[in-house]
Formats: sequence, structure tokens, C-alpha cells
Amino acid sequence: MIYWKIFLAFFIPGVLGYGGGPASIPLVENEVVDRYHWLSVNEFSEVLALGNALPGPIATKMSGYIGYEVGGVFGAFVGVFATIAPSLILMIALLALLMKFKNSPKVKLLTNLVRPAIAVLLGIMAYDFFKDSYHGIGWLQTLAIVVVSFLLLQKWKVHPAYVIGAALVYGAIFLG
Amino acid sequence: MKLWNLFLAFFRVGILGYGGGPAAIPLVHKEVVEKCKWMSDDDFSDVLALGNALPGPIATKLAGYIGWRVSGLLGMVVSVLATIVPTIILMILLLTVLNAYREKPWVQGMSKAVVPVVGVMLAVMTWDFIAKSTSGLGKVWGIALIVISFVVLELIGIHPAILIGILIVGALLSPGKRKERKVKAS
Repeated sequence: MIYWKIFLAFFIPGVLGYGGGPASIPLVENEVVDRYHWLSVNEFSEVLALGNALPGPIATKMSGYIGYEVGGVFGAFVGVFATIAPSLILMIALLALLMKFKNSPKVKLLTNLVRPAIAVLLGIMAYDFFKDSYHGIGWLQTLAIVVVSFLLLQKWKVHPAYVIGAALVYGAIFLG
Repeated sequence: MKLWNLFLAFFRVGILGYGGGPAAIPLVHKEVVEKCKWMSDDDFSDVLALGNALPGPIATKLAGYIGWRVSGLLGMVVSVLATIVPTIILMILLLTVLNAYREKPWVQGMSKAVVPVVGVMLAVMTWDFIAKSTSGLGKVWGIALIVISFVVLELIGIHPAILIGILIVGALLSPGKRKERKVKAS
């Protein structure tokens, strides 16, 4: 039963996440935090932070870890399988058909229509994270970390792994 | 031998690709087209277009399909595993260690400090998706769809799967001429 839930929780983001792995982040959060309550917003942010600090595709790192947390090694396997198998199987099975439509305007329209919805989901998630941080460490600390990490990431293009590393050190020393 | 090469190629992609799946695309291109010469440039862009036409993570679709083309089912399994397994194991190890010290105040401090940083990353991604929405659909349609999605998801509280499902069906059923005009307008 738990494996079926894990399968569903990652199958839905895998099938609906148009725009690569990052597009499925808010869909995964919706299932894992809001629906099944396997993780709190705080725990999900740790998973995401570490996932962003490590290399490799983000969607499978999330499903692998969360699957493992909820259902052990087999849970990890089910989570990863549900994330990648459906679209991979479709890709190989429908190859001939897809080849014909790969440049069709309908396919492009598909991504274009789904993108605004993903933008909204990501925006809501970002807002949730800021709200959560405000409740945890107050607005002054939150604002300071937001401004500094934004400058580091966007203006000075520091690698996310270093920014997250620095935040971890800062938190261990000053927020503990 | 081929399987070993597939493993090495996608292992490097998985371990060097920072920034999620899409960041791995140029790395895959380098391994598959330039280094190993498994496919031509044109073939690769075809595969990429195919992958983008389907949902789900892009890196594993590329790895799976290329592995399958180079050496069948076993090639597919080896390539996908090489892409994802090393970093999943790292992830589980690091988070398990973190969880073991959950009660320590310094670990709680670490956990709190990371939340706003992830918020910033998500906000940047949000902005990215908004910019792509308005450039893909035009300003008016892009913003209109963002507003509609917000109302449907947040104010009415409909599950995102239902909204995205409707959008997908809408795109597939849309009459030919109009959608061509819309895409060209972008």
C-alpha cells in the first residue's frame, strides 16, 4: 500500500512535469508535503537544498531520497521508477510517431501552455518557504539571508553548492 | 565494452551536471556526439526535441533513449542507472547523517538557514518560468494564463494535475491554424 502511494506521488509529477526535472519540483512538493504529509516544508527544503548542491538530475534525487525515507531501498526504487519510466517508455515506444510530431506547433504549444501553471506553482512554493523562514528565524534574519544569497547566486554567479554550504555554516554557528 | 563506455559516459554526466537535468544536456552532447561518436549532431537534436515533447526529467530520457539505441535494453538500464544512482546514494547518505543529529541545536540552525536560500532559488526559477511564459505565448496570453492558473490552483484549490491535464488536452485539441499563429507570434 505504501509503495503504491510512493508510486502515485512520483508518477503524477513525472507525467505532468513539462520543462524537465525542475518543473516537477512543485508537483512533487504538492504530493509529498500537502497530500501525504511525509515531509514538512522545512524537511522538503533540506532535500531541495541538498539536491541543488549535489550534481545530477534533481527529480530523481528527490524521488530516490524521499522514496527511501518513506519505504526503504525498495521505496527508493519505486519512487525513481515512477519518476522516469513512464516518459522513457513512451519515448521509446512512440518513437516513430513522435518523430513525425516533434516539430509540430502543437507540441510547442503544449510546453507553452503548461509553463504558466508551473510558474504559479513555483511562485507559491517560494512564498511558502519565505513564510516558513519568517516563522522560524524572524524577518530580519530571513531578509538578510535572502538578500545575500540572491546577490551571490544571481549577481556574482557563485555556484549553488557553495552558497548552500555557506548557509549551512552560518546556520550552525549563528542560528543554533 | 560498449556497456562499460555507456556507463562511463553517463556516470560523468550525472556526477558533473550541476543545476538539475537541463544542465546535463550539453554534457550529454559532449560525451555522445563528440567523444564517443554514437550519433550525429542532427540525430542528437532530434532526440532532444523528442525528449522535450514528453514530460518528466530530461536527463534520464536522454540517457535511456541513447543507451537503448547504442546497445539495446541493457544499454538503456546501464545508462539510466549511471546517470542517477551515484547522486541518489550521496543524497541518502548526507541526509541520513543530518537526520541522526536532528536534535542538536547546530543542525537545527543549519536547517533553518537553508530555507530562505531555497526560497531564493525557487523565486529565481519562478521568474525564469514567467519570462519564458510571456516570450512563448506573448505577453497578454502569458500573463492571462498565469492569472488563471493562480486563481484555479490557489483560490479555488484545484489539484495541479487536473489543471495541467486540461491544458495538455487543450493544446492537443486546439485547431491547427490558430495555434500556428500563436506560436509564430512568440
